[in-house]
Amino acid sequence: MDINPILLASAIMVASTPILLAAIGELVVERAGVLNLGVEGMMITGAVIGFITAHETESATFGFVGAAIGGAVVSMIFGILTQYLLTNQVATGLALTLFGVGLSALVGQGYQANNQVPVIKMPIPLLADVPILGPILFRHDAIVYVSLIVVAGVFVFLTRTRAGMILRAVGENHDAAHALGYNVHRVRLLAIAFGGACAGLGGAYISLARVPQWVDNITAGTGWIALAIVVFASWKPWRLLIGAYLFGGVTALQINIQAMGLDIPVEYLSMSPYIATILVLVFLSGGRAPASLGRIFHASS
Amino acid sequence: MIQLEKRKEPSAFWTYATPVLAVVLTMILGGLLFALIGKDPLLAIKTIFWDPILGEFAFYYRPEVFKKAAPLVLIAIGLSYGFKAGIWNIGAEGQYIIGAICGAGVALAFYPTEGRWFIFPMMIIVGFLGGVVWAMIPALLRVYFRTNEILVSLMLVYVAEVLIKAFSIGLMRNPDGHGFPGSRNLNQYASAANLELFAGTGIHWGVLTALFAVVVTYVVLAKHQFGFFVRLTGESPRAAGFAGVNANRLIVICFVISGGLAGMAGLFEVAGPAGQILGSFPSFYGFTAIIVAFLGRLHPVGILFAGFLMALTYVGGNAAEAAMNIPSATIQIFQGMLLFSLLSVDVLTNYRLRFVVKKGA
Repeated sequence: MDINPILLASAIMVASTPILLAAIGELVVERAGVLNLGVEGMMITGAVIGFITAHETESATFGFVGAAIGGAVVSMIFGILTQYLLTNQVATGLALTLFGVGLSALVGQGYQANNQVPVIKMPIPLLADVPILGPILFRHDAIVYVSLIVVAGVFVFLTRTRAGMILRAVGENHDAAHALGYNVHRVRLLAIAFGGACAGLGGAYISLARVPQWVDNITAGTGWIALAIVVFASWKPWRLLIGAYLFGGVTALQINIQAMGLDIPVEYLSMSPYIATILVLVFLSGGRAPASLGRIFHASS
Repeated sequence: MIQLEKRKEPSAFWTYATPVLAVVLTMILGGLLFALIGKDPLLAIKTIFWDPILGEFAFYYRPEVFKKAAPLVLIAIGLSYGFKAGIWNIGAEGQYIIGAICGAGVALAFYPTEGRWFIFPMMIIVGFLGGVVWAMIPALLRVYFRTNEILVSLMLVYVAEVLIKAFSIGLMRNPDGHGFPGSRNLNQYASAANLELFAGTGIHWGVLTALFAVVVTYVVLAKHQFGFFVRLTGESPRAAGFAGVNANRLIVICFVISGGLAGMAGLFEVAGPAGQILGSFPSFYGFTAIIVAFLGRLHPVGILFAGFLMALTYVGGNAAEAAMNIPSATIQIFQGMLLFSLLSVDVLTNYRLRFVVKKGA
């Protein structure tokens, strides 16, 4: 079996979408100065809620909406704890991941053998018929396009809007932002909810479109890779796009090579996305983190 | 409305009271969770927390608590140094797996030579070193490239999981195992087995090592200069720099301790309770130990208690699964809740609650 470059490129888009969605959400959270290590937990919650909602309502659209809401709701546990009870963000994020993985396994019981609702492809008229680029870019399901729109939207929001400037100010220097009269905790809470919704959407894309099935621990570290991509991207949306597609590429390529039956042991291939993440973190990330990242804000007045 | 006012010193009373409060809070929240899935909450709590120690079948469960507590305490003690200093080794699970692979590798290489006096100690040393080597990757990358140690150590967990799966069906597969996955059972190899030291108690070499680590850590943190440097770095990295603490050396040492102890925990587990290298060996101990470290307030004695409490939720969870058909995933949620509760009630330790009437409202 040979690798068909057009099919591979199209598969890369599909493999990258969950990482991209989770990462763009986390990017906004980190630009607001919050480090949420619970991405994996929020993703897997979204994955299970999306799957169940889609199954019960027989609508993939409702599934994705439910996943986004579910992700945002669990992210609020993290939000309230870190913003109002001033807990350590690293520990709280880890707790969220443990909690989410357990919750999804409990809620997902009984849905493992079920087949899901098909996610309908949405070829874009005219463009889908363009040779080569058509099959690669324009014959996907709606969420692939949504993820790209969200990235563009976040770019515009952060660089061109007043609200985006306030969010960045809160992330760079929360004391100054507070002194200017902005409500640091509220800005951060909103950012965390947005991050949760994006992670939930990304998780649901795995369980509804990419796999598509519900199995325990289905996200298998995607949330952590998304966190790594944010660092790689130096907290810039357009670099995030490169990072996510790079990792989608490694994932899709290793699956293709496995299918080809080349003489490379399967285990080395399946660890390649994780190794690639480490290498990229070491050699390609040199950006500056938001100055208030991970620091607890408490107004002492 | 309620306002928080930062205390000058953490409250001594709440430092000890909050873990208890957190456990009570978790029992209430957990009870609600059990009620939600249609189980009798009081019976579930009793099955998890009471029966394994004092119930009818406690003679069976009690040794299990020791066996589960040992790796948790050992790993958590190692992590506590780094966590105190703001150095985040989140990949103890990976170091635990690699320690098990390396230690078991020594045993399998010598099989069937008899000679416990050198094989077992060598396994322990190599298990320790295996964990150290795996931990050195994130540590050195952090020191030389400023790479985020959280992400690197975590990625290596997934790599370790792939490795142990591959070894259990490849390099380390039992040649007499009729093609089944898994290595030889080390419990049946007298020179390598980490058996109970006193029959029926569950106390094996890992339990003793964990206790030893608790004592040593207590002394180091309270009396030794290194312990002072660790605390100083955590509270104020700048002040630590002025006091002559070498930040890079501290990172490496913290990773050596945490990686090495996690590796040893893996070795004791594979040579004892688990018995063999198998794809299902990874047990989440490396992650649960993070909860244990925080629950114990990063204090060695606290970690000892927290480790037993967490081991109890595992063993009690199994009991509840068997007796009441409660899904094992519920226990994981329960553990997550425990960490959430602890972190939130911690606000009482560092802040004073003030009830203020808003003017003009």
